[in-house]
Amino acid sequence: MGMNMTEKILAMHAGLQEVAPGQLITCKLDMVLANDVTAPPSFKEFEKIGVPVFNNTKIALVPDHFTPNKDIKSAALSKAVRDFAQKHNIINYFEVGRGGIEHVILPEKGIVAPGMLTIGADSHTCTYGALGGFSTGVGTTDLAVGLATGEAWFKVPETIKVNLTGEKPADVTGKDVMLTLIGMIGVDGALYKAIEFAGDGVKALSMDDRLTIANMAIEAGGKNGIFPVDDVTKAYIKDRVKKEYTIVEADADAKYCQNVEINLSELVPVVAFPHLPGNTKKVNEIPEIKIDQVVIGSCTNGRIEDMQIAAQIMKNRTVHKDVRCIVIPGSQWVYKEMIKRGYADIFIDAGAAVSTPTCGPCLGAHMGILTAHERCVSTTNRNFRGRMGHVDSEVYLAGPQVAAASAVLGRIAQPSDLK
Amino acid sequence: MALEGKVWRYGDNIDTDVIIPARYLNSFDPQELASHCMVDIDESFAQNVQEGDIMVSGKNFGCGSSREHAPVAIKASGVPVVIAASFARIFYRNGINIGLPLLEIGDDVEKISAGDRLRVDKVTGKIENLTTGDVFNAHPLPGFVENIAKAGGLINYIKEKKINA
Ligand code: SF4
Repeated sequence: MGMNMTEKILAMHAGLQEVAPGQLITCKLDMVLANDVTAPPSFKEFEKIGVPVFNNTKIALVPDHFTPNKDIKSAALSKAVRDFAQKHNIINYFEVGRGGIEHVILPEKGIVAPGMLTIGADSHTCTYGALGGFSTGVGTTDLAVGLATGEAWFKVPETIKVNLTGEKPADVTGKDVMLTLIGMIGVDGALYKAIEFAGDGVKALSMDDRLTIANMAIEAGGKNGIFPVDDVTKAYIKDRVKKEYTIVEADADAKYCQNVEINLSELVPVVAFPHLPGNTKKVNEIPEIKIDQVVIGSCTNGRIEDMQIAAQIMKNRTVHKDVRCIVIPGSQWVYKEMIKRGYADIFIDAGAAVSTPTCGPCLGAHMGILTAHERCVSTTNRNFRGRMGHVDSEVYLAGPQVAAASAVLGRIAQPSDLK
Repeated sequence: MALEGKVWRYGDNIDTDVIIPARYLNSFDPQELASHCMVDIDESFAQNVQEGDIMVSGKNFGCGSSREHAPVAIKASGVPVVIAASFARIFYRNGINIGLPLLEIGDDVEKISAGDRLRVDKVTGKIENLTTGDVFNAHPLPGFVENIAKAGGLINYIKEKKINA
């Protein structure tokens, strides 16, 4: 019987010829990831098991949520991560100033590759499916067991196939593709399921687009999101991935539980209204909504292409007088590149705040918390109640082009609204 | 083993930012997490929840972040079992892994209201609504997931496996 991409990768890592949806399996892990919020509690559980780490080269530790440390308690969390990394000689430990946001740097540094099985104690670990691997988020206990044994249990998911056709218009981004899909199937539309992207439309999506799309599989309830490996993938990993990897393809007779069709050429810029990522509306169909803040960054849209899109719109324009615009590159590399290419100058000249990489405002940690009744257009991935601060604040999710145009106009807008 | 408790009833898509807001994640002390559990939508929960009370919710309970702080906060509040129409995937894993039983009952959840008293058998999944008289059964746990639950969580399960190996 034919298998899809997710089934093949899971079978490969379980040492089985074949797996089918519903089957419970134990898999060998290629990479185990945690951050400053999830790693410290997992270390406590890890100590209880009482064995050394399974492999110091297959663990990545990235302090990114509350860093540079926002308070004394966060400093203690970071210290716990640093101490563990030293004690166990963890190769992929990324100190402040040498890394960035976990899901931006793991692909960027070639730590994740096609065919790999990655778990991370962070729900957006699903990002790496963009490279044709299986990756999914777990909690701290699963992580502790992963650190100790290099294994995790899985239930083989059913898979939704999303067939992409056509080419997206110039003012549409990967974020619009994913917000549109979540709007179609709902925030639990892919609950317990895998999402496999396929079709001719994939070819025209850049790697940064694919990373944004796979990143938000979890916002549809998905276990993972996965893209086929093509020339775009190969060009991206060429100078990055130094280890062996396996390219996996879905069989022609692979089984899917549902088929969804999206014609990219019909898409328009969208925005997800509070308080669910599935409350998607077309920007050209909404009433005037005044805003107080714009955040451009995060593991969803903190990559160089996002910075480029926003900079092109902000060039020779200024941030609206009633708006704070905060730009946060997702990694040190993105930061340096945006300085080199002149984007940092454009943002600063426009009157935006530009910071060092961090998750910061995305989870309401620091660097741009909202008070009651403030509205923010954000390129992040969640607009749950209280996500960016006060319970009575509002977060509108959008792509970098909508965020930048909104920053300039002081209301939710798309690039074509600019004179 | 049957439990009896009063229901705290919540709606659909209760996310982990609601269960325990990120601003409290700089601690993972269970009691401290419990003291902030659900504050953004229900301030009375943390103040008034009694040992043995049962949390009941609609579909996609626990969606959002992978923070295990969420099931830990609920467990440390004294809640021995959570019942929902459905659970978000990572929350479900985490609940099982830390030994917080989770029972999925689909649309039957509509037959449970705030303040009802329930009798719940964690092993068979039988749920009796003592207030209304309704009786329903939760979907059973699959295979070795049941063994993890029986061991009281994944760490115990792995330790037992290590000893028996
Ligand atoms: S940027 Fe936001 S969503 Fe991404 S890892 Fe950080 S906190 Fe999580």
